[in-house]
Amino acid sequence: MADQIRLKTPLSEEDVLKLKIGDSVLITGKIYTARDAAHKRLFELAEKGEPLPLDLKGQIIYYAGPAPAKPGYVIGPAGPTTSGRCDPYTPKLLEIGLKGMIGKGIRSKEVREAMQRYKAVYFAATGGAAALIAKNIKSVKIVAYEDLGAEAIRELEVEDFPVIVANDAYGGDLYEEGMKKYRKD
Amino acid sequence: MSSLREVDYSTIVDTVARLCKEANYFLGDDVYNALKDGLNKEESPAGKDILNQLLANADIARNEQIPICQDTGFAVVFLEHGSDVRVKGDINQAITEGVAKGYTEGYLRKSILSDPVKGKNTNDNTPPIIHTRIVPGDKIKITVAPKGGGSENMSTVKMLTPAAGIEGVKKFVVDWVVQASSNPCPPIVVGIGIGGNFEYVAYLAKKALLRNIGERNPDPFYADVERELLEKINKTGVGPMGLGGRITCLDVFIEVFPRHIASFPVAVNINCHASRHKSAII
Repeated sequence: MADQIRLKTPLSEEDVLKLKIGDSVLITGKIYTARDAAHKRLFELAEKGEPLPLDLKGQIIYYAGPAPAKPGYVIGPAGPTTSGRCDPYTPKLLEIGLKGMIGKGIRSKEVREAMQRYKAVYFAATGGAAALIAKNIKSVKIVAYEDLGAEAIRELEVEDFPVIVANDAYGGDLYEEGMKKYRKD
Repeated sequence: MSSLREVDYSTIVDTVARLCKEANYFLGDDVYNALKDGLNKEESPAGKDILNQLLANADIARNEQIPICQDTGFAVVFLEHGSDVRVKGDINQAITEGVAKGYTEGYLRKSILSDPVKGKNTNDNTPPIIHTRIVPGDKIKITVAPKGGGSENMSTVKMLTPAAGIEGVKKFVVDWVVQASSNPCPPIVVGIGIGGNFEYVAYLAKKALLRNIGERNPDPFYADVERELLEKINKTGVGPMGLGGRITCLDVFIEVFPRHIASFPVAVNINCHASRHKSAII
């Protein structure tokens, strides 16, 4: 395993700027779940200049909708969902201070450009490793949009949450670079 | 008239509920072994980390009886109904009740909207999608294959021109997998339908995903194409989770059907690395 970088949330611009694609990172602190349904609402408020139900400055959004928790569990399995569904809303959230995103899958050109402009980072978590990832979640609380069920915004307290830097603030794209490196013609 | 064997309604409900849970908790041994095998072949350090995580994840899910993935899927049910057996009651209703029971009792995520545009969550993951075939005999075979959104979204149907031939199919599949990249959670399993018509080819691709890893098409011609496509896909460099590496795909399954002289339909249905499906014979 490569050397691991430990990060605490919220993230500063300095935290973001030291990250490069391929870095293996362990995140500790508060992060917020939101999928496309919650993004749509946040986006519409931000577009109108109205206050959001949570302050996104320096925060990390985790694209996830957990399964129900079994009795005795803090949370059900909670792996990343496809990030691309949030792409249409993401540049606006980066503009108002969001610094990090955790999910799975490639991002649009618009999101990658906005990440460079507003200095943000996109982390890949392992899709389908949901039972394992849930072990790094220490507490959970719904902070907005409870009516969305699994898609509500939840504040998660995480400890050593394992991710890889997939897109950095310098325009690097691990999906593109990684594939090039291992392609055999 | 010969007498029909009778099966209780509740037997169907309970069996379907059990299969929903088992498919979501227990990674198939075939898949587990394929991931282990992939770990030995993977060259990318990040790829190795990811494969190790998937194996550890499968162990946790199995031991604690919790879902492998939070997306516990649309419940797709394949029903092979013997013509000499009948269920005491409406079998489709029994399957639907079984899905509701399994997803509720099993702490599985409810991901189904009642209407594609105006809908709200149905809160019990119903309705299922049921594919029924009437077959000879007095048994009922039920397969539950929960299908997640991430991999299902990376599906396609294309009406190729007959001139494209098998080489056209191969190119179409490999190009499609590369553009799907990380979205379907590689290492993936690829189901391919060739022939039939527009709707049937999609069904064939889905049905192909019910096979176990290593189970080849009985026709040696298509078995060879499966092997060749697996090798080609694993040379693309997409790798585990699309972050670069050797192990992009665990297996490729092809199902075929006769076609109209004017048409050459091809469908690709991708499964994530969990490749969930569990069966029971009643």
